[in-house]
Amino acid sequence: MWETFTKAQARNIFYGGSLFFLLIFLALTAHSHWYMVSRSTDAAGLTDSVARGKRVWEKHACIDCHTILGEGAYFAPELGNVWIRYGGPEDPETARELLKAWMQSQPSGIEGRRQMPQFNLSDQELDDLVDFLAWVSRTNTQGWPPNKAG
Amino acid sequence: MKYETQKIAFWYFAVAMLLFALQMVFGVLSAYVYVAPNFLSETIPFNILRMVHTNALIVWLLLAFFGAAYFLVPEETEREIESPLLAYIQLAILVVGALGAVIGYFFGIHEGREFLEQPLWVKLGIVVAALIFLYNVSMTALKGRKTAVTTVLLLGLWGIAIFFLFALYNPVNLSVDKLYWWYVVHVWVEGVWELVMAAILAFLMLKLTGVDREVVDKWLYVIVALALASGLLGTGHHYYWIGAPGYWQWLGSVFSTLEILPFFAIVLFTFSMVWKGGRDHPNKAALLWSLGTAVMSFFGAGVWGFMHTLAPINYYSHGTQVTAAHGHLAFFGAYVSLNLAIITYAMPFLKRRAPYNQVLNMISFWLLNAGMAFMTFTLTFAGVVQTHLQRVQGQGYMDVQGELGVFYWMRLGAGVVVAIGALLFIYATFVPRRLELITPAGSLRQAAE
Ligand code: HEC
Ligand code: HEM
Ligand code: HEM
Ligand SMILES: [Fe+2]
Repeated sequence: MWETFTKAQARNIFYGGSLFFLLIFLALTAHSHWYMVSRSTDAAGLTDSVARGKRVWEKHACIDCHTILGEGAYFAPELGNVWIRYGGPEDPETARELLKAWMQSQPSGIEGRRQMPQFNLSDQELDDLVDFLAWVSRTNTQGWPPNKAG
Repeated sequence: MKYETQKIAFWYFAVAMLLFALQMVFGVLSAYVYVAPNFLSETIPFNILRMVHTNALIVWLLLAFFGAAYFLVPEETEREIESPLLAYIQLAILVVGALGAVIGYFFGIHEGREFLEQPLWVKLGIVVAALIFLYNVSMTALKGRKTAVTTVLLLGLWGIAIFFLFALYNPVNLSVDKLYWWYVVHVWVEGVWELVMAAILAFLMLKLTGVDREVVDKWLYVIVALALASGLLGTGHHYYWIGAPGYWQWLGSVFSTLEILPFFAIVLFTFSMVWKGGRDHPNKAALLWSLGTAVMSFFGAGVWGFMHTLAPINYYSHGTQVTAAHGHLAFFGAYVSLNLAIITYAMPFLKRRAPYNQVLNMISFWLLNAGMAFMTFTLTFAGVVQTHLQRVQGQGYMDVQGELGVFYWMRLGAGVVVAIGALLFIYATFVPRRLELITPAGSLRQAAE
């Protein structure tokens, strides 16, 4: 069979098959995009401050120590659900204060413990960041992570 | 070296190897922070070390791909490169971009998405450099002999440039951001880069084994057909838990499992070509690296990828040290090894001499592969323990990490071996000595081609 299968046939399968799967992939991406902005994320709650919070997150490259929704670096805790770990859904005021206090109290300076830098964020930046983390925690992630530890 | 302009490849390879060395230094530094967490924490925090490590990796792999293209396109098309000047301008842009990015990182100038931390001006520079490259090489290919190797190589390189454009799109909705971030990261390594890999390996097999082109071409098309048929929808294995629809758990699991096939086909291809081929090529080290690429990419991407790709398993292992284990062996086995193979093959021609330092080069092969394998095992053990304690039993992240110290020490040890192997490789390829360490039986034959 390998002998009767020609190079031209292999080439045609490559071009035809790739195009076919590319089109399906693009169509499903379009659907997933629609699903994300209308179903699985809190589109109404995506305020300016959440958007600014995402910029704070990016400006300091938190992703290269932490994971968020399981993606990033593996050096520090998952933050997609940190809002839930801090009790945000039950008591948002306290969770906000705790998270802001956390950001302000780093680095811990404890010998032999991993360190998180001090970013000297303004009060506005801290609030935006917390809004962003709270917003992410409301994403429908199909039940991930398995538990609060993240 | 039959064509003058193949010389361009030398400079691309040289810069690539400098960045390879830089990548090793920052890999070892990051691994050291894992075991001595206060080290550098006030001057260069872990995130910056990691950024330099991963960015140096990506850029040197791309530079080596470009170098490989400048080396093999003239031979395949039987023409000189359209414009050597443009090729050197392209290199200059990339060097300035890479230097600018690294220096900026130390001053906190960067963007904030993993692997895509380069500031906008560097990203735009990469786009311009890619356009120059594609123009230069496509013109050469259009005017010259058409072969499957150049066609597939160029399709892959065009794909790299096109999918990189998604790096410029950063929506505020984090889920949508991730949806397209994978268009760069996954579609690169499990899509268009596989085209580049298959084309370069096909070229190496043509040269090293002397097997008929018809046979090699057919294999080449089969491999790349399998790669894109599985790899595009295989992106779904990253869409399980980021807010995408539930159907990706099925699609991603099935298609990413099929992604093993192209890597297995590469193993069959390279080994059967060597078996069939009659040529006794003098560059043994290049053959060793070529076969090493096939085997280690099968393990790193195929086996270690499959290990955590099914949705019910990924639910527990997602974003743990298991991922780091796979990321290392896959990148090393496929793309690092591939580039070291083509560099090992090309350098004697670029220096216009018979293959040299082969024994040293082969020692570096074993150091790199053994070190990488051990590092992968230690990270896999760390990852399995982490998954159990944290994801199954629900212990806190930092408490669990406290239990893993011994694995991180062993990873550091393995990493140092890898770094030594890398330096030895660079020495063996760039500093020709007059004598081999061990004289082969019969004097070295003249290169067949
Ligand atoms: C250099 C690495 C590093 C960077 C960069 C970093 N972090 Fe951290 N972060 C850590 C480490 C390590 C811990 C755990 C520290 C501990 O428990 O003592 C941590 C813990 C946290 C926690 C508490 C998590 C919990 O479950 O208790 C939050 C919240 C946090 N980081 C937010 C951020 C944000 C927001 C950024 C970016 C502005 C950021 N981090 C950047 C290393 C980092
Ligand atoms: C040479 C090819 C490959 C390379 C270079 C590669 C590299 C990587 C890297 C670097 C990551 C981590 C990404 C991040 O930072 O989030 C990753 C994740 C992943 N890879 Fe691969 N990979 C390859 C092939 C494969 C294949 C063939 C499979 C499946 C059979 C696979 C399955 C996965 C899965 C499931 C993840 C997600 C892990 C998680 O949930 O944390 N990979 N890969
Ligand atoms: C050629 C060899 C290497 C390759 C291809 C490579 C590749 C990578 C990749 C792709 C990542 C990102 C992983 C992910 O997101 O899943 C990474 C991270 C990392 N690498 Fe390497 N690397 C290499 C060598 C080394 C060496 C020698 C060391 C030193 C021990 C090292 C230490 C690290 C560390 C500590 C991280 C960060 C992991 C984390 O986020 O916790 N690497 N490397
Ligand atoms: Fe993937």
